[in-house]
Amino acid sequence: MIRARNHWRGYKNTIALSAVYGLTGLALVPLALVLGYTIVKGLPAAIHPEFYLNVERPVGIPGAGVAHAIAGSGIMVGIASLLAIPVGVVSGVHLVDYASGRWASWVRLAADVLVGAPSIAVGLFAYVLFVAPQHHFSGLSGALALAVLMLPVVIRTTEGAVALIPASLRESGLALGLPRWRVALQLVLPAAAPGIITGALLAMARAAGETAPILFTGFGNRSWNLDPTQPMSALPLIVFHDALTPYPALQQQAWGAALVLVALVLVINLSSRWVLRRQIRMAGQL
Amino acid sequence: MTAPTLLIGIVIVLYQEAAPAISRFGGGFLVTSNWNPVTLDFGALPFIYGTVVTSAIAIAVAVPVGIAVALVLTEQGAAGLRGAVGTGIELLAAIPSVVYGIWALYVLAPFLFNHVEVPLSGRFGFIGALSGPSRQTSLFSASVVLAVMILPTLSAVSRDVIRAVPKGLRESSVALGATWWETNWKVVLPAARSGIFGATVLALGRALGETIAVTMVIGNRPEIPPSIFSPAYTLASVIANEFTEATGQIYPAALVELGLVLILVAFTVNVIALLLVRRTVSGSM
Repeated sequence: MIRARNHWRGYKNTIALSAVYGLTGLALVPLALVLGYTIVKGLPAAIHPEFYLNVERPVGIPGAGVAHAIAGSGIMVGIASLLAIPVGVVSGVHLVDYASGRWASWVRLAADVLVGAPSIAVGLFAYVLFVAPQHHFSGLSGALALAVLMLPVVIRTTEGAVALIPASLRESGLALGLPRWRVALQLVLPAAAPGIITGALLAMARAAGETAPILFTGFGNRSWNLDPTQPMSALPLIVFHDALTPYPALQQQAWGAALVLVALVLVINLSSRWVLRRQIRMAGQL
Repeated sequence: MTAPTLLIGIVIVLYQEAAPAISRFGGGFLVTSNWNPVTLDFGALPFIYGTVVTSAIAIAVAVPVGIAVALVLTEQGAAGLRGAVGTGIELLAAIPSVVYGIWALYVLAPFLFNHVEVPLSGRFGFIGALSGPSRQTSLFSASVVLAVMILPTLSAVSRDVIRAVPKGLRESSVALGATWWETNWKVVLPAARSGIFGATVLALGRALGETIAVTMVIGNRPEIPPSIFSPAYTLASVIANEFTEATGQIYPAALVELGLVLILVAFTVNVIALLLVRRTVSGSM
């Protein structure tokens, strides 16, 4: 009796183990499929140098490219970073070093809720603040929307990186008579820099891939434009608009732009993971 | 300082912009299903329906997979496998929404149409929710993409929660002779229950607000379809599609009101989820 029961328990364990590992394998199937299809369908467009040098052309004329979208993405994410990273880093350091107790936990909760804010609603927010008063779309308003999305990510990753710094570093600075702001600025911040930089890079990668917030702020632009007060194109906008057209040439363009986006995001993610892991290891040795 | 200010600022700004629609339609906005820009008659029900149903199906599909991944990620041995799975899940989270969208539009939706929707509605079409005629762009395809997209949130948060279960519990169970499955199913998962529930609610918040990938495959039809294989619409995707074309005063205000509804629901869901997760993770460490 007992032996039969134990056999059954063993079988049940084996079945459950294979189900758990099977489901985990299943979870990775979409990753392989998305990456595979993006590479296979995107390469024919992305392999030509004109793809990175030219701008959009009317359907049927060869040699079209996405140079204007690459420039637009770069400018909008760049301006967003200039807005979000300094503010985010200061807030993050402040959260660890100064704020404490109940208030800090409220700020943390607010930042986490903001991370989960629907990006389309953030786009509406930027539209109401910037586009509506000026009566036209602009790269700047797109950058503002992206900055709102980057900010909570920068705050939380900065906080995480600063929290890894051993208290002894802070204490020795204070013991030497440094004021708290100099300890934060000259001791803690440099020590936490690698973690903060990877956090900022991850936030930039996230912003570069966002479509919804720039739909009615950056809006898109068919021609070459470096002026952020004018409507601007971006890689995600190209993917979104061109994928939904009936023209095979434009669809291929969309896949090409998707490939460039994925490559960018993956390189930033994998390299920052590597740097982060190194920093955690180093912090462990301190 | 910045985060709470921004949070409140977004709600206030959207509320002011939506004010014309709020005062014109009142509470009826949420429970009527007309969407007519010509007669300026607006109701949010079809979009609320689409958002809730896609998110619910996505959660139902993703939760078992997410918990399985979390169990593998918290396993003691097999560090190499664990690292590979962890990296894979993190990359899944990093892929932009629009890339999921183009993949879903050209690969996933046709596949689901041919191999799931048509056979299912052929055999079980007498059940209303599975009835045909099915379309490539449908509630169902949108739900499956959503399931893939919320999986990283679900598994990463569940992993943290399961990791926070006191080691002693697991060890006592193993010492009593329980198998791997018995330990996890009867000891570890029940101890992490409220945190896993929190992870699920957090993933629900992500699913509700997801815009672009859903917009590309849901079919964009403002009605409440009887079948999950029919086109529908969500709050986020109607804003994405119609806002730049909305003219006049009431039409854009109605769309902003949809955005306000979305963001208030998302904020509430997120707060509940974060409090649940935080209590589990910090309470036991």
